[in-house]
Amino acid sequence: MTVLRPAGEFDESYATDMATIRRGWQWIALFGLIAGVYLLPFYASQSTVALVNRIAISIIAVQGLNLLTGYTGQISLGQAAFMTVGGYISALLAIHFGWSFLITLPVAALGAGVIGLFFGLPSLRVKGFYLAMSTLAAQFIIPWFTRNAFPELLNGAQGVNVPVPVIFGIEFNTPQKYLYLTITFLIITTILASNAARSRMGRAFVAVRDNDVAAELMGISPFKYKLQAFFLAAVFAGVAGALSAHHLRHINSESFNLNDSVLLLGMLILGGMGTNLGPFLGAAAVELIIEFATIAGPIVSAWIPSNSAGGVQALRPLLFGLALMLFLIFEPKGLAHRWQLIKAAWRLRPFAR
Amino acid sequence: MTEPPILLSVQDVTLHFGRVQALSRVSFDVKEGEILAIIGPNGAGKTSMLNCISHFYTPSQGHIYFQGRDLTKTKPTQIPRLGVARTFQNLALYSGLSTLDNLMAARHIHMKTGMLGSLIYWGFGHREDLRHREVVEEIIEFLEMESIRKTVVGALPHGLRKRVELGRALALEPKLLLLDEPMTGMNQEEKEDMARFILDAHELRRLTLVLIEHDMGLVMDIADRVVVLDFGLKIAEGTPDEIRNNPDVIKAYLGQEHRHL
Ligand SMILES: Nc1ncnc2c1ncn2[C@@H]1O[C@H](COP(=O)(O)OP(=O)(O)OP(=O)(O)O)[C@@H](O)[C@H]1O
Ligand SMILES: [Mg+2]
Repeated sequence: MTVLRPAGEFDESYATDMATIRRGWQWIALFGLIAGVYLLPFYASQSTVALVNRIAISIIAVQGLNLLTGYTGQISLGQAAFMTVGGYISALLAIHFGWSFLITLPVAALGAGVIGLFFGLPSLRVKGFYLAMSTLAAQFIIPWFTRNAFPELLNGAQGVNVPVPVIFGIEFNTPQKYLYLTITFLIITTILASNAARSRMGRAFVAVRDNDVAAELMGISPFKYKLQAFFLAAVFAGVAGALSAHHLRHINSESFNLNDSVLLLGMLILGGMGTNLGPFLGAAAVELIIEFATIAGPIVSAWIPSNSAGGVQALRPLLFGLALMLFLIFEPKGLAHRWQLIKAAWRLRPFAR
Repeated sequence: MTEPPILLSVQDVTLHFGRVQALSRVSFDVKEGEILAIIGPNGAGKTSMLNCISHFYTPSQGHIYFQGRDLTKTKPTQIPRLGVARTFQNLALYSGLSTLDNLMAARHIHMKTGMLGSLIYWGFGHREDLRHREVVEEIIEFLEMESIRKTVVGALPHGLRKRVELGRALALEPKLLLLDEPMTGMNQEEKEDMARFILDAHELRRLTLVLIEHDMGLVMDIADRVVVLDFGLKIAEGTPDEIRNNPDVIKAYLGQEHRHL
């Protein structure tokens, strides 16, 4: 990811040219960063760790959305609905079969993927705005289903309590312990997402996004790759949903709602669509904005005459909306693009302007 | 000398757009190894003909056989796999990908890595990418595109994009290459480069070419045979010399000039 190279340094084989991480010190920096995150519980406050957990889970969901919207160009307003599917499947398997989290999570991911595939079918006929509308259907149908179907299993609007994951005898029952789970899964999804983007499938995704007619006439089936993208996006959402449900220990039809779907899309736009770094930057930026609003809320509401809870509630969407608007105007390609420009300037120093 | 075998046979192809008759009962053959030019005034149906061969359009009547296979009944995604590649009159590149990745994307049909292999990448997917990278690098070198290898094609000037499109078509490793006005919008120098690349590709890769081009001088220079379309009808077919002196062709082109005036 972090590829900073001085000018005049070139690769000697196609393999090194194609590698994501190319130099020894980059590996060291990356391992240092990962170690720093894993060791957070030893030097950071509980609320910081909890924030990092939230960011990591959001990144995973946005990585999935990035494959679908960023790389394949299919707008989706249903990503949170597939988190709901993943969360419920994992919870029910743990409750009723007592399966380990390491099994319920991948099964939940695949289950969410299949449902995502189903809601992706309209993409074969409609594009753009109309597709956004039809993915919105998932956002209504799935929560409705969890509220009304199989009440003895799904427990209606109340939702279900989700067991704490126990792996190798360790109970992941605090934000500090849970961090090891979220970061480990984030590393896995990051590897999968960046491989997806640089491989045969990823090139096909972008081909479909950039010119679906040419792609088809060049032997790439838009039909097949749109469905694969919908499937994968929902798989990632399923992972994020399961991680979140077992962390909060509860899930209901409102745990992941339309608001979250919009937020995830906003994260992707802010971070930069179609880049590996975008989900990280976007999810972190938005979660930090939300965190800031939570802290600043009481202060602001002390000044503005209104009931204080309402002030906090209003500030979040206000700040998020403002940030999104400013970005669409001043940085439409997202934070990752800005980072690319900084890197390029660094590479060409001292000649860069 | 034995006649070379027929690679592509267009038989009685008719295509309508509402009441517009884009092609009416057009027939011609393309022989293996030849350069066949399709010429005709604007709106004559040249691009429509290529779109029928690619099965982007389905003719209402007639058949198109490529090595005995009816392309009008073949899925569009299968056609490049049979060995038919094309370029587009109005560029149709993957503008967000680099030159290299545009060509790599064309290798798609020769690759096998599936969804799981792409996600894991390590191992088979990586090795396959490396193998095909070598094929693509040969084409990049052949078309002298080394300096734009990593440039996103959306940022390239028109002339270079046309060249990347030729590269992408060559990366499909076709037997038959359909070129729709590969030199429009180019200056004289770029045109000469392009003509050289096309002729070299024809020779070195033993390609059969179908070329749509408005530049008469060029067509007469490089084509073995010429098919002339006008208002969807084939009005002439023959060697460049025969076409040059054909009264119907002269009339069609004079007529066009009048339309322009
Ligand atoms: N998709 C379409 N829908 C409706 N009409 C079309 C379509 N494509 C082509 N036509 C019409 O069919 C006729 C033939 O068009 P075509 O593009 O094949 O001409 P052409 O010979 O390639 O012309 P040019 O030299 O301008 O590229 C024209 O009258 C055109 O307007
Ligand atoms: Mg045309």
